[in-house]
Amino acid sequence: MSLQVELEQHRNVLIVRLRGELDHHTADVVRFKMEDAILRGRCDHVVLSLKDLQFMDSSGLGVILGRYKLVKSRGGKMVISDIQTSVKRLFELSGLFKILSVYETERSAIASLEVVS
Amino acid sequence: MSGHNYMKLAFASRSENEAFARITVAAFVTQLDPTMEQLDEIKTVVSEAVTNAIIHGYNGSEQGTVTVEAIIDGDTLSLTISDEGGGIEDVELARQPLYTSKPELERSGMGFTIMENFMDAFEVETSQGAGTKLRMKKRIESKKALFN
Repeated sequence: MSLQVELEQHRNVLIVRLRGELDHHTADVVRFKMEDAILRGRCDHVVLSLKDLQFMDSSGLGVILGRYKLVKSRGGKMVISDIQTSVKRLFELSGLFKILSVYETERSAIASLEVVS
Repeated sequence: MSGHNYMKLAFASRSENEAFARITVAAFVTQLDPTMEQLDEIKTVVSEAVTNAIIHGYNGSEQGTVTVEAIIDGDTLSLTISDEGGGIEDVELARQPLYTSKPELERSGMGFTIMENFMDAFEVETSQGAGTKLRMKKRIESKKALFN
């Protein structure tokens, strides 16, 4: 089991698509790839697309929260799209919904950010 | 599905074994005919417990052994996940939501909260320098039973 991180830039928005299983073992690759893209690219905001994320545990919550703080410290916004039921429950338990907005599709998530910028 | 069944798995405290452990337990539990949601919960719980053993029990050392035991008794799954690592200094504190002893590693501090929420019973047995044993139980009401 592994995790693929797909990155795409749409104007000033970085789209990050996670495919596979996000746990303690695969969290590092998400951290490094996102950090690199956020710091090097000219993107202000991030859309984290979880449509094809089949599994996530609390290590995933940690890495998502960490990237949220980074984006926020740079004056940007991070939103989530296409969240699965199992991941949704972890978001609810941890209170992550209070700080992260969730959209049904990538398109609506991007649209919400373009209003912001 | 009823009766009694048992499995035991021992593996090196390496992070790539987190997926191995949760997938193996999930495969064992399928004989209880769980729902997708129940299976997700069990996989998450195993992942949390094994990750804790690796990060906190063995402090990231890959030289330790993590043991996972699963017992099926009727419609109840009992899980025991243990390590022979450092033990937990303050269990009450560790069980607090969002508390983590390793904030520098971006831990969310949600592991215990998730395990307690996803299982019906949850117990911690820990001893400084000797290790930690988590015992958990979950009742799996068979889909077949619900339909009948």
